[in-house]
Amino acid sequence: MAGSTPASLTAEAPATAGTAPAAKRQNFSPWQEAWRRFRRHKMALFSAIALAVILFAVLFGPFIWRVPINEIDFAAKLQGPSWSHPLGTDDLGQDLLARLIYGGRISIAVGVAAMVVAIFFGLLVGSVAGMASGRVDAALMWVTDLFLSLPQLPLLLLVIYLFREPVKGVLGVEGGAFVLIVAVIGGTRWMSAARLVRAQFLSLREKEFVEAARALGASRLRQVTQHILPNALGPVIVVATIDIAAAIIAESTLSFLGLGFPSDVPTWGSVLRDAKDYLDIAPHWALFPGSLIFITVLAINFIGDGLRDALDPRRVL
Amino acid sequence: MAEPLLDIRGLKTWFKTEDGMVRAVDGVDLHIDSGETLGVVGESGCGKTVTARSVLKLIDMPPGRFEAGQILWKGRDLIPLEASEMNSIRAKEIAIIFQEPMTSLNPVYTVGDQIAEVIELHQKLSRKQALVAAAEMLRLVNIPNPQRRVHDYPHQFSGGMRQRVMIAMALSCQPKLLIADEPTTALDVTIQAQILELMQEMKDRFGMAIMLITHAMGVVAETCQRVTVMYAGLVVEEAPVEALFGNPRHPYTQGLIRSIPRVDRSAAKKQRLEAIAGTVPNMLEPPPGCRFAARCKFAMDICNQGIPPLKEVGTGHFVRCVL
Repeated sequence: MAGSTPASLTAEAPATAGTAPAAKRQNFSPWQEAWRRFRRHKMALFSAIALAVILFAVLFGPFIWRVPINEIDFAAKLQGPSWSHPLGTDDLGQDLLARLIYGGRISIAVGVAAMVVAIFFGLLVGSVAGMASGRVDAALMWVTDLFLSLPQLPLLLLVIYLFREPVKGVLGVEGGAFVLIVAVIGGTRWMSAARLVRAQFLSLREKEFVEAARALGASRLRQVTQHILPNALGPVIVVATIDIAAAIIAESTLSFLGLGFPSDVPTWGSVLRDAKDYLDIAPHWALFPGSLIFITVLAINFIGDGLRDALDPRRVL
Repeated sequence: MAEPLLDIRGLKTWFKTEDGMVRAVDGVDLHIDSGETLGVVGESGCGKTVTARSVLKLIDMPPGRFEAGQILWKGRDLIPLEASEMNSIRAKEIAIIFQEPMTSLNPVYTVGDQIAEVIELHQKLSRKQALVAAAEMLRLVNIPNPQRRVHDYPHQFSGGMRQRVMIAMALSCQPKLLIADEPTTALDVTIQAQILELMQEMKDRFGMAIMLITHAMGVVAETCQRVTVMYAGLVVEEAPVEALFGNPRHPYTQGLIRSIPRVDRSAAKKQRLEAIAGTVPNMLEPPPGCRFAARCKFAMDICNQGIPPLKEVGTGHFVRCVL
């Protein structure tokens, strides 16, 4: 890995010395320091820009590219890229660019929401286990191991098969699918975060500054929220980033298997599924959603890599 | 005599381990009057730190346990207090600073934020007022440019400066007693002197008492009024500082004083530094008699038949020895 070796230290040192004049002292907060380190990871920086472009496109794209996602036009079906349809059309003549912009919203929203669920439960289980120790810790870690040993995909399929109809009844087709998919992906991905948080807590709670806080009258809750948690956050952010990517893949997998969103709601995964039968005559249809998933996930993973370098205090950069 | 500020009576703090009970503190009696500096000396593992942490109830329980004794703070026993009651005593009444200034500050907050946090916990002040008070504390502990340094992070301070910040934090609520657990051990000699001087200055300014835990006899001689010598979980000698250095009665104390390096003597006579032979007894099964007997050159049969009581041999001078 090019970015992980501190080889650039000597090369960069004179530059940094030059930009900080002796008279004006630079005061870096830990976040500014992390940003400074992050910028050195070229792939991560490049990925962050790519992801920003994709995010901008899916958020504001519909206001610029005003073609509706479900306008059926059989005269223009299965067309390749053209000026009127920059990414071509599908078998119903629907505009792929519009559908992929809309689908990106759902795919990324699912990824972020599932990550939030996973990190929330991971933080909860990990911090309780790390602080409690003893039996509570053993029991929680036992549950974590249990979840880790469950095969994820069959479980996803089973849960969705069992609960799709009841949830749909309560929250509607689209909302129901969203909530169910987020819950299922988040609920099967919190374990790594829990283990990580527990390990962080076990080491951090013995640190002198936590003891100093305790000695100066900070309550247990305060020790956790003010002193332990902020110091444990670096690795958690890295895991959270990579969780987003994994959740996007999981959503695409579910949609591809027909257990995600219904096919009239485009997501990157469901567009890919619809395209699979026309690979020979309309390869562009599968290529674009596939590339979007690929680029987004790759970019997020690189960002996670860059964040890991940036947030690891032991690394000299 | 007026009631002492802190009065520890027969304190036993034991730790449960896989091999059995470790009797880290096994019946310590000591007291501190308001405004005085008490030195607590003894070698590593003699129970100094556990005694200090017991006072603030910073011992992890389990494995630790108060087996017996009382810790009377202004006449009130701290041992049965709830955690929330303890939290209102910590920093406000009794504060502690630790040995390791490099890791005692949270790396993610500015030092001002950390001092302000302590102030906010114990006094009804807004964040802004607390930060002003924090800068004032930094000024008191002689940190140059306090208004600006208050916004700096711990990694921007040197070890000595961080210990100053720790002192500022500990004193931010004007406690009546400061427990300093080897505050200078991790610092180099010139900084040590500065920190000790600062503690002296703060003591005079705030009129607090100090319990100075150390194994440096030189530090004790310079800063303390009274000294308690601990050995293997027990107090073996307690005396005013002049009496202790002028007329040490316990063989262990005599050994400690002889082991102070003296540049003037050893250079002239090329003497070897004297050390106390042997090691501390295993606190899983402490010997039944005097715990120093195995290392004592004056040991007699009687020394192994029960722990000798503390007896008064001079004004305020107590010794736990049959001699």
